[in-house]
Amino acid sequence: MEFFKIRRDIPFMRHALVFNAVSALTFFAAVFFLFSRGLHLSVEFTGGTLMEVSYSQPADLQGIRTTVAGLGVSDVQVQNFGTAQDVLIRMPVQKGSNTAQQSDKVMAALKVADPSANLRRTEFVGPQVGDELAADGLKALAFVVLGIMAYLAIRFEWKFAVAAIIANLHDVIIILGFFAFFQWEFSLPVLAAVLAVLGYSVNESVVIFDRIRENFRRYRKMSTVETIDNAITSTISRTIITHGSTQLMVLSMLLFGGATLHYFALALTIGILFGIYSSVFVAAAIAMWLGIKREDLIKAAVKKDTDPNDPHAGAAV
Amino acid sequence: MNRYPVWKYAIILVALVVGGLYALPNLFGEAPAVQVSVAKAGLKLDAQALLRVEEALKGAGISADAVALEANSIKARFANTDAQLKAKDVIQKALNLDPASAGYVVALNLLSRSPAWLTALHASPMYLGLDLRGGVHFMLQVDMQAALSKRAESLAGDIRTVLREKNIRHGGISREGQTIAIRFRDTQAMESARRVVQDQFAELSTVEAPDGAEFRMLASIKPVAARTVQDQALKQNITTLHNRINELGVAEPVIQQQGLDRIVVQLPGVQDTAKAKDILGRTATLEIRMVDEGSEARAAESGSGPVPFGSERFLERNGQAVVVKKQVLLTGDNLTDAQPGFDNQTQEAAVHLTLDAKGARIFRDVTRESVGKRMAILLFEKGKGEVVTAPVIRSEIGGGRVQISGRMTTVEAADTALLLRAGSLAAPMEIIEERTIGPSLGAENIAKGFNSVTWGFVAVATFMCLYYMLFGVISSVALAFNLLLLVAVLSMLQATLTLPGMAAMALVLGMAIDANVLINERVREELRNGATPQAAIHAGYDRAWATIIDSNVTTLIAGLALLAFGSGPVRGFAVVHCLGILTSMFSGVFFSRGVVNVWYGRQKKLKGISIGTVWRPDASPQTISG
Repeated sequence: MEFFKIRRDIPFMRHALVFNAVSALTFFAAVFFLFSRGLHLSVEFTGGTLMEVSYSQPADLQGIRTTVAGLGVSDVQVQNFGTAQDVLIRMPVQKGSNTAQQSDKVMAALKVADPSANLRRTEFVGPQVGDELAADGLKALAFVVLGIMAYLAIRFEWKFAVAAIIANLHDVIIILGFFAFFQWEFSLPVLAAVLAVLGYSVNESVVIFDRIRENFRRYRKMSTVETIDNAITSTISRTIITHGSTQLMVLSMLLFGGATLHYFALALTIGILFGIYSSVFVAAAIAMWLGIKREDLIKAAVKKDTDPNDPHAGAAV
Repeated sequence: MNRYPVWKYAIILVALVVGGLYALPNLFGEAPAVQVSVAKAGLKLDAQALLRVEEALKGAGISADAVALEANSIKARFANTDAQLKAKDVIQKALNLDPASAGYVVALNLLSRSPAWLTALHASPMYLGLDLRGGVHFMLQVDMQAALSKRAESLAGDIRTVLREKNIRHGGISREGQTIAIRFRDTQAMESARRVVQDQFAELSTVEAPDGAEFRMLASIKPVAARTVQDQALKQNITTLHNRINELGVAEPVIQQQGLDRIVVQLPGVQDTAKAKDILGRTATLEIRMVDEGSEARAAESGSGPVPFGSERFLERNGQAVVVKKQVLLTGDNLTDAQPGFDNQTQEAAVHLTLDAKGARIFRDVTRESVGKRMAILLFEKGKGEVVTAPVIRSEIGGGRVQISGRMTTVEAADTALLLRAGSLAAPMEIIEERTIGPSLGAENIAKGFNSVTWGFVAVATFMCLYYMLFGVISSVALAFNLLLLVAVLSMLQATLTLPGMAAMALVLGMAIDANVLINERVREELRNGATPQAAIHAGYDRAWATIIDSNVTTLIAGLALLAFGSGPVRGFAVVHCLGILTSMFSGVFFSRGVVNVWYGRQKKLKGISIGTVWRPDASPQTISG
């Protein structure tokens, strides 16, 4: 089987401007939604109480709302979780009352209203913890960005580092934009997914950069644009198959992982799809705008290659 | 040609055997069990206790699959939960003859069914997190400011006593926040006081701070000493929590310090979360009051009259009523230590209390005035009071050393000391994070995670086999090997596996296949460019290697960031993620190359390899020019 019967190099870079414009547009749309709607942060970040309650019958959400509101708890969110029988109740941190005991009170009241109510899970996070988690999340993001940039700058060159990180941060922003637009819940596992995607989709750009470097060495007469086109074309089959395989796994999570892993898998899906786009169309284009040259990469390496055109080079026959 | 030296095959074989061995316990599943551990210091679990457990089970006609004495617990495994529940009651009755003061913790638990020889190799199944097995997780914040204020308060009392002993006149000692302010009428007194404080209180530093016309000296706790105070407060709170959790009967509680002022408590398998919260959040306070010995009070004690005004009726631990006055003489704040011991003269069991300076002074005054009367020591928990003991005062007691004795066994003395010492917290605590997962949800989460990994794996493996033929099969075998290694490493490290961890497992498998796709695509490309099969395999692996390293390092950077800054669910994800990346490099490149070498390596005149279609464009690629 072969999906990619590509006869000649696809001139990706000819349309680089269009691709960059498209990503700029999605990027700014994402930023716009992030600011206008904001992220729907989970209890872990905002502090508060979360309860998952299951009923033997499809749950009466309105009834639950009135029951909980009757306890003097304000701003309660009640919604189905996975199935009609399962209900998720979110309560913000209540001033003045002992928050840790809140879930017990609510549960007692729900049991009175419907004895089949069964507490499956509670989560209480104090406000100070929430702030810390948000700060730690930002620190982790900064660590990933700097770490990857430093590694790429050492391994390749600063232009590649900048290009890769711009392309992939734009993925991150787009994922966040989706979460803001649809008001999906942004929780700790989603944050983990976002950072994992950042590392994963950078490795996409790395594969292409690797090929660009190799092409610079092998084909001396090719122009930079041709080199990039050839590098992307010859890696595109691998890019799509790899992402496809990863997506198969993520799809399996989306299907079988249940409500807990739903947004986690969703963030990964968006990340993977835009990861392909950004590393194929955006990263190399940015590197091109930044003016990568053959000399940047192969100053020292030129002499090592005995016969750069020999496909058997390195093979000990 | 494509051959590995013997040592490389040896490494693969060793990894396969060790990985298989340590991943094996996960296959056996878990059996319901009852676990017995010691609740009180001084008691020991020995062969005799084991015998008692065995006899009790035999007596009740319950057959256990295995009963074994381990380092600090007796574990009995049963075929089903019915037998387990029955056995728990039976063992509880056999070991804890007196239910009021239980010496042993008898708890329900799940134990691995893996055979003894695996356990002997320290091979145990992966340690499941709370979200997979159900239970309660608490994070408690210790109020360190309160601990320091408390310490300052007791130091202020001590200074007062010392200054009086040394006959240094002062104009009042008070605690202002965490500093102690001492006023004087003249500089001489202040100077001598300063010397005394510096000599006798190493943990205090002093500054002169005149307040208007008054001479005033401020003493504050030195930073080093403050840290010690905080350390001790945290330790005492952890001890207190341990004692309280013992009451709950949890098989493997985790009580850990986190950061400087936090304690994490995890109670796997606890179902009654309300009770757990109750017991943890309980604040016990100690009070010393006088027993009301009027005739009305006597009547009230026997239940034949109303409790007189200004008194209250409490029950002693043996159920006998005692009427005590409402006025509180001393509280637990003034108690610095409580140890079990013996009376010097009668050799009776006793509890020795040590009071701080303020407490000692009050105690001396009270005892001097009330020789022959009874004094009650009360313990309040959640607003409910209980008389621990109500001894008769025989003589004036000075020096802050108090002995409680009479009608007490050694066990009771130890118990009372423990209760007095650990009954109260060194500093108040607040629950700042709580997570409760019902047991059914835990089982569901395991199933969800397991299904995600299985079906994802099947889908990826099927695709690889179809697309790359034999090389796809080898890639899938390598992927399976990766999963085996990952499970083995997680089992060996006993890292906590959570639902996000299982998600990471699925994700890392999806990412790990990347290495094989890179290699296979590269081999195809080499073939396309006209390389011989053997050369194509060699070049494919060699050239893909640099790329694989690069891409794994960037992924690993993200993983390490999550490990460093993540907490809770994120950490569980990060651990599996990082380990999975490392194992994937071994399995995806080193191991798969080994398999390929075994299969193709020895064939000198290899005509073709099974890697799916190697499609060649009719015209040679246009852009390739040299």
